[in-house]
Amino acid sequence: MSKRIDVENLNVYYGDFLAVENINMAIEPRSVTAFIGPSGCGKSTFLRTLNRMHEVLPGARVEGKVLLDGEDLYGKGVDPVAVRTHVGMVFQRPNPFPTMSIRENVLAGVKLNNKKISRTDADDLVEKSLRGANLWNEVKDRLDKPGAGLSGGQQQRLCIARTIAVKPEVILMDEPCSALDPISTLAVEDLINELKEEFTVVIVTHNMQQAARVSDKTAFFNIAGTGKPGKLIEYAPTQEIFNNPSEKATEDYVSGRFG
Amino acid sequence: MSITSEQSTGPGSTRATTTALANTSGHGSPAADKIFSGISLVAGVLILVVLAAVAIFLVAMASDTFAADPTELTGGKGFASYIWPLVVGTLIAATIALLLATPVGIGVALFISHYAPAKFAKPVGYVIDLLAAIPSVIFGAWGASVLAPHVVPFYNWLGKYFGFLPIFEGPASQTGKTILTAGIVLAIMILPIITAMCREIFLQTPKLQEEAALGLGATRWEMIRMTVFPFARAGIISSVMLALGRALGETMAVTLVLAGGPFNPSLIQSGNQTVASEIALNFPEAYGIRMSELIAAGLVLFVITLLVNVLARFIVSRYNTGVE
Repeated sequence: MSKRIDVENLNVYYGDFLAVENINMAIEPRSVTAFIGPSGCGKSTFLRTLNRMHEVLPGARVEGKVLLDGEDLYGKGVDPVAVRTHVGMVFQRPNPFPTMSIRENVLAGVKLNNKKISRTDADDLVEKSLRGANLWNEVKDRLDKPGAGLSGGQQQRLCIARTIAVKPEVILMDEPCSALDPISTLAVEDLINELKEEFTVVIVTHNMQQAARVSDKTAFFNIAGTGKPGKLIEYAPTQEIFNNPSEKATEDYVSGRFG
Repeated sequence: MSITSEQSTGPGSTRATTTALANTSGHGSPAADKIFSGISLVAGVLILVVLAAVAIFLVAMASDTFAADPTELTGGKGFASYIWPLVVGTLIAATIALLLATPVGIGVALFISHYAPAKFAKPVGYVIDLLAAIPSVIFGAWGASVLAPHVVPFYNWLGKYFGFLPIFEGPASQTGKTILTAGIVLAIMILPIITAMCREIFLQTPKLQEEAALGLGATRWEMIRMTVFPFARAGIISSVMLALGRALGETMAVTLVLAGGPFNPSLIQSGNQTVASEIALNFPEAYGIRMSELIAAGLVLFVITLLVNVLARFIVSRYNTGVE
């Protein structure tokens, strides 16, 4: 399952402060979309509005629409908790639950919605999710060991396994490799390429080579200055953004002239 | 001026270098360092000396009781039969207090840390902290004069419908000055300890873990169960143990609230007594063997409190390993 996302006239606020202004964007299913831009340009903030994680912070709010296959995530009566089971998220630093084993970590989200999952179903799901996250072979002999005992890259893939175990339609990744070494980064990037067979993937990255390697389309965000809102400058196929951008600011950024 | 100062820094810096080198190989240290380490050593030793002095005082004064003829002691049947109802009474009062205060304390702490809007959470926190500043004699006076008469109808009701349980056997005390009332007052007194400690620990739960749970589709309560409680488990236990220590030793409030007496399994009748309250009530008029007997009771309380603390540390160290 994989769904498309359409963002219409989205403004994102922290209290009175307009952090991201007027975003319009269409994200295709079964694709990888990368968000790039300098620090503080609002790309992570925008990403967090796509599964309603933004509003977890006090005072944070959103205006506009985010449509998941036509259904507004911010519509009346929509439960943010339900939204997050459809739109999963992988965070900047690996964050497995420290008191849980590898197996329990994978099942953590599933157990929330389906408490009476049978032992065999659970075993199948653990294996399928860990295989899906390219982690099965490394951990199959120690599923009952704590997840916190894995290396950073393995922990991040465990977090991805935990996310796909819930069977979301979309997976959001907020700089998933920024705390990882190059080899672990490569493993996660390979994984992202496989994930798009099944999911819509949106990834925020500071690493432009990474955006170029993994994404089909790239969105470039920028801010005019501190205290100004972040804006979507250009959104196009990745090849175009890196080789032939239509905006001057995009070209300056991808060629390393600033940011 | 400048020349002299330069001259004096010359040897000074050389000395600093040599001392630094000397330090690493374990010889001598600058005077300030020596003085400070001396002060901290004295402070550390002093605490141990005080603790040892208290223990020695208790044992020495109590030894007369253990050596005495059983008939000389209160009750005439030896120290064990004198002390056990007091120990049981102390444990009953403390247990009631913990059973009431722990869920409420954790609930209030969670409300402040994770539910209440910021502008509301702070005042609630201050009010709870203020509870800790009220002297225990005030709690005692309030418990005896206000709370006790008001709980009598409730005790009558308990006696009527739950009287088949030995702990609620009627007829209920018509003054309300029972061990259950004392337990309720103690619960209010230890509430701020549990709340304040739990709140601090709940607030320290890593945001990243909370977001991990929310990102998987956890409701706020599920998020708290998945991340906050596992993270705070050791802290919750130590806050409860600390509160237990306070409840075991609390004297004044119990003395005022409880119309003490011999052991009574019914919590809604008068009777029962705690160790601390027994000592406070009888100490002013005690002399000779009676004095020694009360100090022996104090020794027993000291040992119980010590055991509680050791147990708390043991539990905390066991749970700590799983959590960052």
